[in-house]
Amino acid sequence: MLCLITPAGIILPAFFNSGDAWGEWSAQTLKELVGYVPKGLEKYSHIWKAPIPVYSINGIDKTITHRSGYYLVSGIFGATITYIVMLIISKLIIRNGK
Amino acid sequence: MHIPDGYLSPQTYIPLFGVFVSVAAVAVRKVKKEVSVRVIPYLGMAAAFSFIIMMFNLPIPGGTTGHAVGSAIIAIIFGPWAAMLAVSVALIIQALIFGDGGITALGANCFNMAVFMPFTAYFIFKLLSNQTAGRARMSFAAFIAGYLSLVLAAIVTAFEFGIQPLIASTSDGRALYCPYDLSIAVPAMALEHMLLFGIVEGIITTIILNYFLKTEPDLIYALRKKTKND
Repeated sequence: MLCLITPAGIILPAFFNSGDAWGEWSAQTLKELVGYVPKGLEKYSHIWKAPIPVYSINGIDKTITHRSGYYLVSGIFGATITYIVMLIISKLIIRNGK
Repeated sequence: MHIPDGYLSPQTYIPLFGVFVSVAAVAVRKVKKEVSVRVIPYLGMAAAFSFIIMMFNLPIPGGTTGHAVGSAIIAIIFGPWAAMLAVSVALIIQALIFGDGGITALGANCFNMAVFMPFTAYFIFKLLSNQTAGRARMSFAAFIAGYLSLVLAAIVTAFEFGIQPLIASTSDGRALYCPYDLSIAVPAMALEHMLLFGIVEGIITTIILNYFLKTEPDLIYALRKKTKND
C-alpha cells in the first residue's frame, strides 16, 4: 500500500527540486542572500558531515537523470533503514501480546 | 521544514532537545502499555512512509521548496505517542545519514514535526469526529487535522527561526544564527504550507484514513472504544 506511494514520492522531487527549501540554505547561499554569514551559523554548519548529504550518493555526477536516480536509490535505502530501525525499536518497547 | 545546523542558537536548541527527550521517554512508556505487538510492522511502515513523504519536496513560486510530514495520519491511526516515536526515527535517520536537518537542531525538528504536529493533529481530529461519525465527517476531520497541524507546525518552526535575530545578535546588529526575523520567517513558512503542503497533508490524511476505515477499522487508535483503563 505505502509502497505504491514511494516511487512517486521519490521520482517527482528529483524533477521538482528547485533551489533550497526556505531556511535550509547552505552558508554559501546565505552569504549571497543576506550579504554575510552569521557567525554562529558558520561555526555550527561544519559540526556534522553526513555520509550522504542532500540525498546525493555521488556528488560529482550532476546530470539530471543521474541525480534523479541517486535520489531514488537514497530514498529507497533511507526508507528501508527507517523501517528496520523502527521495527527494532518497536520490538524492544512492545512486549505485550494483545 | 527541516532546520539545519547553525540556524538556531543554543538557548533555543538546547531546551527543545530537553523537551523532545522528555516526551520521548513518556512515549516509550505509553507505547509499551497501549500498543499491541501486531502493530509493529505497521509502525515500521509508518516511519518509512514519513521518511518518504518528507523527501517529497514540492516547488513553490519564488523558487523554494517544502514538504508534508505524514504525522497527522500516523497520530490518528497509531496514537500520538507512537507517532512521536515513528516520525522521530525518520527525522533522526534523515539528519544522521542524509544531512537533512541539523544535529544541534534535531531536538527542535523532532519537537516541531514529531511532537507538536502529531499531538495537534490528534487533538483536532478528536475534536471534530468520534466513533459514531459517518465517513464524510471523519474525512473532513482528517483533512482539517492534517492541514492545520502542518500549518501550525510550520508557524512554530518559523517562530524558532524568526526569534534568532532578536535573541542572538552581535553588538553591531548582525545576527549570529538565522538572520531573518519573525516578519519574514512567519509569512514565508505559513504561506508555503497554507497554500500547498497543508493541502497535501490534509489529502494524504484523508485518503489513508479511509483506507484503514475500510480494511482495518479496529486498528485505528483515535476511534477505539473507551474502556475503563483509558
